[in-house]
Amino acid sequence: MIIEITIKMAKIQVNGNEQELEVPISLIDLIKKNDVAQPEMVSVQVNGEFLPRENFNSTLIYDGDEVDFLYFMGGGSI
Amino acid sequence: MDFTEDQIQRYSRHIILQDVGVEGQERINKGKVLIVGAGGLGAPVALYLAAAGVGTIGIIDGDVVDLSNLQRQVIHFTPDVNKAKVLSAKEKINQLNPDVKVITYHDFLTAANAFEIIKDYDFVVDGTDNFPVKFLINDACVQAGKPFSHGGILRFEGQTITVLPGTACYRCVFHSPPPPNAVPTCSQAGVLGAIAGMLGTIQAAEVLKYMTGVGDLLTNRLLTFNAKTMEFRTIKVKHNHRCAVCGDHPTITELIDYEQATCEIKSKH
Repeated sequence: MIIEITIKMAKIQVNGNEQELEVPISLIDLIKKNDVAQPEMVSVQVNGEFLPRENFNSTLIYDGDEVDFLYFMGGGSI
Repeated sequence: MDFTEDQIQRYSRHIILQDVGVEGQERINKGKVLIVGAGGLGAPVALYLAAAGVGTIGIIDGDVVDLSNLQRQVIHFTPDVNKAKVLSAKEKINQLNPDVKVITYHDFLTAANAFEIIKDYDFVVDGTDNFPVKFLINDACVQAGKPFSHGGILRFEGQTITVLPGTACYRCVFHSPPPPNAVPTCSQAGVLGAIAGMLGTIQAAEVLKYMTGVGDLLTNRLLTFNAKTMEFRTIKVKHNHRCAVCGDHPTITELIDYEQATCEIKSKH
């Protein structure tokens, strides 16, 4: 008997770079997978829309989605 | 405005630019720009805007020049150590271009003085080193309908966006300041000196583009670069309807002095 296991691999864009992974993946898992430093402070845009932080847990990422992680950058003066 | 022969010579490389011409140069000479912070970013911004002949340059900074500033703050020289940064900057601008009127504020931008100071200017440049003031500049400019350029640098990276009334603002992207000390500043984490020049000259170019109406401003796009790879990226960002200052239901209606990180206060001398 042959058991077929289908893993749906998909291509998404993370900060402009293609990543191949299983979908759907939760945004929280994608943040972990990408070793986002200080995830509690990252700003996330999915397909051009900013996500409120409280939606990070419930948001799923699908094939073809474009995700941007945006980070604080503070310096300039001192 | 009638240019003297010296001025025609001084600004000739602008004037021969088809997109700028005499008319564009006149607009630059009539322009009024406020630079917040005479440091890593403010230095190249001030020098290039002065060289370009921006009519009035306001500079606000409450600090004095420190020896550790000279690695990147190219408007300050070794003999300027311990001098007020605004004074040091003014001296260089006056030497570079006597056409420029320099207004100095030896002070820090706060919720109490922000509106009063920015109201006299056409454009504001954020050259500050800390998030409380970056958010203050954003909120003040958004509420006053004043165009501004946000800039940030850290280690080998830089980030900038130009904000006009109605376009995505800094707070559309970053909801609120990080807690004090949560994100390192240049004084804590270091910065490659030339990064300040790379980002500051982008900001200066945006100011000149705004004044002359040339090209497409860096609005609704966040430019980031990493000098380690020399990769530049512009990320499209949209006005955020949930933005606390420019969204559909703004909750921020007055200016806020956010808490500064303690180590930043200490380093203010």
